[in-house]
Amino acid sequence: MSHAEDHEGTRRDFLYYAAAGAGVVTTGAAVWPMVNQMNPSADVRALSTIRVDVSGVAPGTQLTVKWLGKPVFIRHRTEDEIAEAQQQEEAFAAGQNVVDTNARNANLADSAAPATDANRTLPSPEGQPAQAWLVQMGVCTHLGCVPLGNAGDFGGWFCPCHGSHYDLAGRIRKGPAPENLPVPPAEWVDDSTILLG
Amino acid sequence: MAGIPHDHYEPKTGGEKWLHSRLPIVGLLYDTIMIPTPKNLNWMWVWGIILTFCLVLQIATGVVLVMHYTPHVDLAFASIEHIMRNVNGGHFIRYLHMNGASLFFVAVYAHIFRGLYYGSYKAPREVTWIIGMLIYLCMMGTAFMGYVLPWGQMSFWGATVITGLFGAIPFIGEPIQTWLLGGPAVDNATLNRFFSLHYLLPMVIAALVALHIWAFHTTGNNNPTGVEVRRGSKAEAEKDTVPFWPYYVIKDLLALAVILAIFFAIVGFMPNYLGHPDNYIEANPLATPAHIVPEWYFLPFYAILRAFTSDVWLVQLASFVTGGIIDAKFFGVLAMFGAIIVMALAPWLDTSSVRSGRYRPMFKWWFWLLVIDFFALMWLGAMPAEEPYASFSLIASAYWFAYFLVILPLLGVIEKPLAQPDTIEADFDAHYPPKDEAKGAGAATPAE
Amino acid sequence: MFKKLTLAALVAFGLAGGAHAAGGEAHVEDFKFSFEGPFGTWDQNQLQRGLKVYTEICSACHGLQYVPLRDLEKLGYSEEQVIAYAANFEVFDPELDDFRTAKPTDHFPANTAAGAPDLSLMAKARAGFHGPYGLGINQMFKGMGGAEYIASLLTGYTGEEKTEAGATLYENHAFPGGWISMAPPLYGEDTEFDDGHSNSLHHISADVAAFLMWTAEPKMMQRQQAGFVGVFFLVVLSVLLYLVNKRLWAPIKRKPTA
Repeated sequence: MSHAEDHEGTRRDFLYYAAAGAGVVTTGAAVWPMVNQMNPSADVRALSTIRVDVSGVAPGTQLTVKWLGKPVFIRHRTEDEIAEAQQQEEAFAAGQNVVDTNARNANLADSAAPATDANRTLPSPEGQPAQAWLVQMGVCTHLGCVPLGNAGDFGGWFCPCHGSHYDLAGRIRKGPAPENLPVPPAEWVDDSTILLG
Repeated sequence: MAGIPHDHYEPKTGGEKWLHSRLPIVGLLYDTIMIPTPKNLNWMWVWGIILTFCLVLQIATGVVLVMHYTPHVDLAFASIEHIMRNVNGGHFIRYLHMNGASLFFVAVYAHIFRGLYYGSYKAPREVTWIIGMLIYLCMMGTAFMGYVLPWGQMSFWGATVITGLFGAIPFIGEPIQTWLLGGPAVDNATLNRFFSLHYLLPMVIAALVALHIWAFHTTGNNNPTGVEVRRGSKAEAEKDTVPFWPYYVIKDLLALAVILAIFFAIVGFMPNYLGHPDNYIEANPLATPAHIVPEWYFLPFYAILRAFTSDVWLVQLASFVTGGIIDAKFFGVLAMFGAIIVMALAPWLDTSSVRSGRYRPMFKWWFWLLVIDFFALMWLGAMPAEEPYASFSLIASAYWFAYFLVILPLLGVIEKPLAQPDTIEADFDAHYPPKDEAKGAGAATPAE
Repeated sequence: MFKKLTLAALVAFGLAGGAHAAGGEAHVEDFKFSFEGPFGTWDQNQLQRGLKVYTEICSACHGLQYVPLRDLEKLGYSEEQVIAYAANFEVFDPELDDFRTAKPTDHFPANTAAGAPDLSLMAKARAGFHGPYGLGINQMFKGMGGAEYIASLLTGYTGEEKTEAGATLYENHAFPGGWISMAPPLYGEDTEFDDGHSNSLHHISADVAAFLMWTAEPKMMQRQQAGFVGVFFLVVLSVLLYLVNKRLWAPIKRKPTA
């Protein structure tokens, strides 16, 4: 008799655990969509990669586009600027006004790559001079202001909020900002279109 | 909580005592969940839990939808499409909310008619009944305003027609209508305030639900016999009751799971079944749809509203007596609200000393006629306002009032009730005999 | 006895649901679409053909303003194809304060030029089925009938026309009232399909109707899937709770515990 009761008790327990388990799973399945709906929606996700037509960006000019809600500077350098950037890199390598030695380039596999001009710029399409294109986030690494182009002590960008000076490769050289302007994931789709993100 | 004698929560550990002497919330929850419940409740007593679930479902999905919805006449319709197309799982959440309203009303009507049949409204449960009616009114308000939010054609024209009812009130009607709408017609101001109130009213409902539960936990549940639980001693009470947990929690959850399975089939495979196609057309104040119909759950009262036209002698009499102040339009409005008010007054209109319809041979017939009448009104509400539907509506509306105002008071006087069981225990034992005699008759009819 | 009530309730909701579109009933042919019923799926080729018909014919007058162009990738087009397709349209960009070539992240443009209604949700804004007996429950297996209505309308022209108050009306036996202001848009063989599918009036109408069902309810398959998962879980839970409930109440009901 007692043996039979034990057996029954086990079966009862199993049934109760199974029901409780199924209840928990069902509840969990109901909760997840409620959480997931707060993640970015399809229209927002669709904007996480954008194609930018740069055919109209002549050497010496800069295009500012909005990507992920923030400005991205796409700079087409002239031959002179490329040369000047080389000089700045030499000074940088010599230790003048060095703040951040990391390339801060999301396209490089090595996250510790040095902040050389080649590591900062976007490889040019065929037929164009090397290091002619610089794509970087237009957000000062200090407190998030948008720096001004063609300004500052190094001829690159200057943040008016707290006086950070960036050079022609977007490296921070002077002022309170701690890091170089970050380079977002970017690549050429064709000779005149950059894919951001 | 007063009421049926039962074990109360006793804090044991130091921590429990510490909390209990400061905030006896555990004791409150314990007493609520362990409340002695008549052990002969049938399946019609599951609707309360279903309704509680509906409220939680609607609030949860509603809070989520608000995160993506924009209450502006230019953007509302598009923001719903944004939910349907872009938001993760948004289409399903929206359909749950949309059909959840229908489930809510299915459950509330079943709950109300359960109360009407088993005399749950009678003393000492009048307050529970009145609070229930207030919840029902709030539900109708919430559902109506929620339907306006998608800003489709039915949203707009439904809002126009229903707020027009207030314009029927003599003298002050038009200022009230303008005040409700925030302008001469349904527009952005209306949409915004409806959005605000659609969010507010569920909170009011939640508070009323708490009062509703408090009230009937004080009086104890009614049950299919209408015989009260014995309260002489704890031992006596325990013969009539079982604790709510786990017996009724599990039973109610079973009912909930079965109903939700049907609900999910509807949401998954025919979510627009109860909706109206015209609401997928953006609101256009310059073009009225051919056939304006409220949602199904308003149809019975919509039928009553339309039934009293100016050629009905009662309307003519009212108009004559009041010197034209009560015209057909206002009469219809009065009738519609009156239909709910007479229902709310049932505790005082029913003169019978017997609570449950089970022991009232004549009442049963009239009650089922009322149920048929309700569905007839629902059907008539969806029909165009023309003969023969108009005459049917009038007859059906008249019966609704007659049931509460004439039949319920008279029946108590002329009806000879059947013998009631002495106790709940006796009723229960009649279904489930104490000895093992019932072994063979495993399929003994449960108490329903 | 309350089972009766529940049953009656179900019937009454059917009546209420079905009665919506009573009156002025026009003839809607019951096309067979692959997406009908709980197990239905889109016919991707059909949707692609429908898009072609929409693009070449319907889009001249009708917009699809709620449909994002990027969603076309779900019809089996590549990103490059969608970019190329989007370039067919011009959209207004408030940031530029000017028109520019559409990108996949834009929507199909609205088109109000001819006063023609937007077609994004047309297949849900019309109901073709109310049966049986006005209950509308056949929606479970046939869908709302919006796509059938559209296809019937496109094939429903009789060729008769009349002029009323300066407007030309065309007789159409699928249109409520029988006379529609839209001239017959399709005659059959209006376009050629790459897959060599028939381009008869009947087929071409069904194709564009299916496409419009997709634009109206792009998440139909996800919805059905979620419905299945929900019903499955709840049925399992119901069975378990039934057993638990039975066992729990057995001692109270003095039944032998099985």
